[in-house]
Amino acid sequence: KNKEEEESEGEDSCTQQSRASGRKSCQRENGDGKKAREEGSRQRERGKKAPTKDQKESENKEKKTKKEGKEGEDKRKADRTNSTSSASSNSSDEESLSEEELAMLMEEVEQKKKLISTMRNKPWRMVKKLSVLREAQAFVEKFEGALGKGKGKKLYAYKMMMAKKWVKFKRDFDNFKTQCIPWEMKIKEVESHFGSSVASYFIFLRWMYGVNLVLFGLIFGLVIIPEVLMGMPYGSMPRKTVPRAEQATAMDFSVLWDFEGYIKYSALFYGYYNNQRTIGWLKYRLPMAYFMVGISVFGYSLMVVIRSMARNANESTADGDDDNFVFSWKMFTSWDYLIGNPETADNKFASITTSFKESIVDEQESNKDENIHLRRFLRVLANVLIICCLCGSGYLIYFVVKRSQTFSKMQNAGWYERNEVEIVMSLLGMFCPPLFETIAALENYHPRIGLKWQLGRIFALFLGNLYTFLLALMDDVNEKLAEEDVVKNITHWTLLGHHNSSVENGSSATPPPLDPADVPRGPCWETTVGIEFVRLTVSDILVTYITILVGDFVRACFVRFVNYCWCWDLEAGFPSYAEFDISGNVLGLVFNQGMIWMGSFYAPGLVGINVLRLLTSMYFQCWAVMSSNVPHERVFKASKSNNFYMGLLLLILFLSLLPVAYTIMSLPPSFDCGPFSGKKRMYEVIQETIELDFPLFVAKIFSYVANPGLIIPAILLMVLAIYYLNAVAEAYQRANAELKKKMQMQREEEKNKRNNKASTNPVLQDLEDLLTPSPKSESHPKKAEGK
Amino acid sequence: MGNKQTVFTAEQLDAYQDCTFFTRKEILRLFHRYRDLAPQLVPLDYTDRPAVTLPYELIGSMPELKDNPFRQRIAEVFSADGDGNMTLDDFLDMFSVLSEMAPRDLKAYYAFKIYDFNNDDYICKSDLEKTVNKLTRNELTPEEVRLVCEKVIYEADADNDGKLSLEDFQRMIVRAPDFLSTFHIRI
Repeated sequence: KNKEEEESEGEDSCTQQSRASGRKSCQRENGDGKKAREEGSRQRERGKKAPTKDQKESENKEKKTKKEGKEGEDKRKADRTNSTSSASSNSSDEESLSEEELAMLMEEVEQKKKLISTMRNKPWRMVKKLSVLREAQAFVEKFEGALGKGKGKKLYAYKMMMAKKWVKFKRDFDNFKTQCIPWEMKIKEVESHFGSSVASYFIFLRWMYGVNLVLFGLIFGLVIIPEVLMGMPYGSMPRKTVPRAEQATAMDFSVLWDFEGYIKYSALFYGYYNNQRTIGWLKYRLPMAYFMVGISVFGYSLMVVIRSMARNANESTADGDDDNFVFSWKMFTSWDYLIGNPETADNKFASITTSFKESIVDEQESNKDENIHLRRFLRVLANVLIICCLCGSGYLIYFVVKRSQTFSKMQNAGWYERNEVEIVMSLLGMFCPPLFETIAALENYHPRIGLKWQLGRIFALFLGNLYTFLLALMDDVNEKLAEEDVVKNITHWTLLGHHNSSVENGSSATPPPLDPADVPRGPCWETTVGIEFVRLTVSDILVTYITILVGDFVRACFVRFVNYCWCWDLEAGFPSYAEFDISGNVLGLVFNQGMIWMGSFYAPGLVGINVLRLLTSMYFQCWAVMSSNVPHERVFKASKSNNFYMGLLLLILFLSLLPVAYTIMSLPPSFDCGPFSGKKRMYEVIQETIELDFPLFVAKIFSYVANPGLIIPAILLMVLAIYYLNAVAEAYQRANAELKKKMQMQREEEKNKRNNKASTNPVLQDLEDLLTPSPKSESHPKKAEGK
Repeated sequence: MGNKQTVFTAEQLDAYQDCTFFTRKEILRLFHRYRDLAPQLVPLDYTDRPAVTLPYELIGSMPELKDNPFRQRIAEVFSADGDGNMTLDDFLDMFSVLSEMAPRDLKAYYAFKIYDFNNDDYICKSDLEKTVNKLTRNELTPEEVRLVCEKVIYEADADNDGKLSLEDFQRMIVRAPDFLSTFHIRI
């Protein structure tokens, strides 16, 4: 029917167009009339339009035929070469287009552009996509030029050219970006053997590596390099020299391993940096840079985490706990298309079969009469036990840190005493999670919910440990601050004494400077804090690697080789091969990052160490997974787990920002080390820069803005905005739930109607159907008669 | 990043980049994967768009597909002749839809076609039975299979015609949390 219409209208247009030039185009258009359905509808529109326009503009023949020609070509998407010739001949006759024609044309062009940009989303065959794309591109190119006639032609052409260049640039940049993504093949190998959930850990690791690389670039380029290149050289100042007392042992490996000795007085730590306001011929403001880089580390991380969360939230619009589609989802989304390995495929088939059988059993079983009270009691008991464990571990850490302070004063502290804190924290991190899992067996939750509880508890454990560690560290810092006052006095008097003595001995006007190694040094608390974090990170790395080596690799070797001469089947029973612990590893990564964020302000080199760690982790863990792990037997995913881990990361980011912000705001910096030495508070560097480097009015503006009278209303406004947005979000959620309920009810109703209809008296049904005919019921009488 | 390749013209590569979710490098890599399946059949120069079709046996033996129980259906859906014999265009199309960047709706459309074994634009009971048997390698009893299929129709069939239409399927699958991550092949 459509084709006939097309052809008839083709003839109509033919007759109208025959008045003007382009009989050739008319024949061509007729030939092209046999096209797809979508063009047919436009054809009909055009056929209707033409006669009315004919009546309206019968005077301006030339104008109309040109318009018709253009529209005809729009809607039929005719051959490019022919249409250019006719269009050019037409446009060369006319200079200006009327407003509505221009608008219509522009709309067409916009539509075509939109089609081009969404071409890849269309569910067509490639051949069709390519041809439609070519035609759309030809159309856009031809008419963009024509649109540019009239006023603003040059500007329009320029805008188009810039837009095209921008598209090309974006495409090249995207190409370049995908080339830079490392380890794609490695992840694919892991994916094909273990499925997408294990691979998601490695994808997360790769993402963390990218973030850390950027942070490292920031710190290295803006803080470390300027100080090393343009600052005072090593050995020229007290803060950059190993003190005389320590010089004897400064190169020993054991001392270096503890990050004392030469490493302590290097650019890796806070204490190395000079507080000179500007350094070098560039007048680079290092203290300001140090402060701003510290803040931007947090700012960049925050931005990146939130952007990633927003992207994940867009994709997962569903709520995973929907019970409406259990079987449907099992059928259509349980096979993992990433699997590329026969063993894994076997495993997957087995787990899908088991899962179906379980669901069938669940479906057929009537509700078991559960003893609710017993279950509740057991759950409360389990939670109490776990809280006891958490408190116990927190106290243990506090105790151990306090003890390490007394150890550090001892002269010959053994290796164990020196590293006790790190060992205890790592051991707690290793043994508590399995303990929580065994206690959680009391609770008898659905596996998915049980996993969330487990993750939450491990999170609480790590958090508690970290904060206890920080508290103990704070005590240490306060002690050092007290000590500092004493040392400051000593240094002052020593320098004075040295000056006087040199004046007495020689007659030179300038006294020889005291050798930097001999100047009494204050206890640089910032460097101490930095060292603690670095040691914690290093020990964490070591413990992780050793756990993987022993827990996975040695275990696999044992099971494989000793199985021949063992009483029971090691591979099937205990201990068997290890499965890859996704959540444990992800949490470890998240907490490691939290420590990095906390420590990077006091130890700029920490981020570099972390980059190395992530790099080696990738290769090491890929190897370990492929060689010693087996795919999971029971595969279920904690739904939306991606966003769950990102949420954890965000939380850790805030929690690690707090201690750093506190120390910046309220603790005085050391008097003789670091870029802020000599100031009363670290943030004074900002005031100093504003006063000295910016014109006067900037300082005035800042002083007005920093007025509490302005800040408090601003905070109130933000609180109100949050409240309002929250209310709006809740309203949307409620509306959503209502709609869902309505849809559900409608479906139930229809199902009931159908079921009821099928069981009624066939005679009554016939009567009913005769009275109220509907497409569905028309089939029913036939069915009834068929019975 | 110069135009050192001689397989496609620049326009062809740009067109492919517009029609798939792949970048230039990935398209070339896919071309070489396609060629590696049958180097003597596939020419190195595609500038004149030769009409080369590879038989299904070669496609189904690719490591990414050979363990997939639905590989035959996937090839049939994306091939022009409906028998699984694919040209390079079909090959690119297939991996583009199955890639990470494809949106949910597009994947749902093609997933529907894959699971519609008899190509009648509805997923009927027999299609469901075939799906379950492929997923469990015939390990379930016929009674269990019947139960599962009935449950699926009960859950997802919204217009009550005893089979799943495209709208039913899309409505159901769009809300599945695992769909995007499982209906994905990395190449």
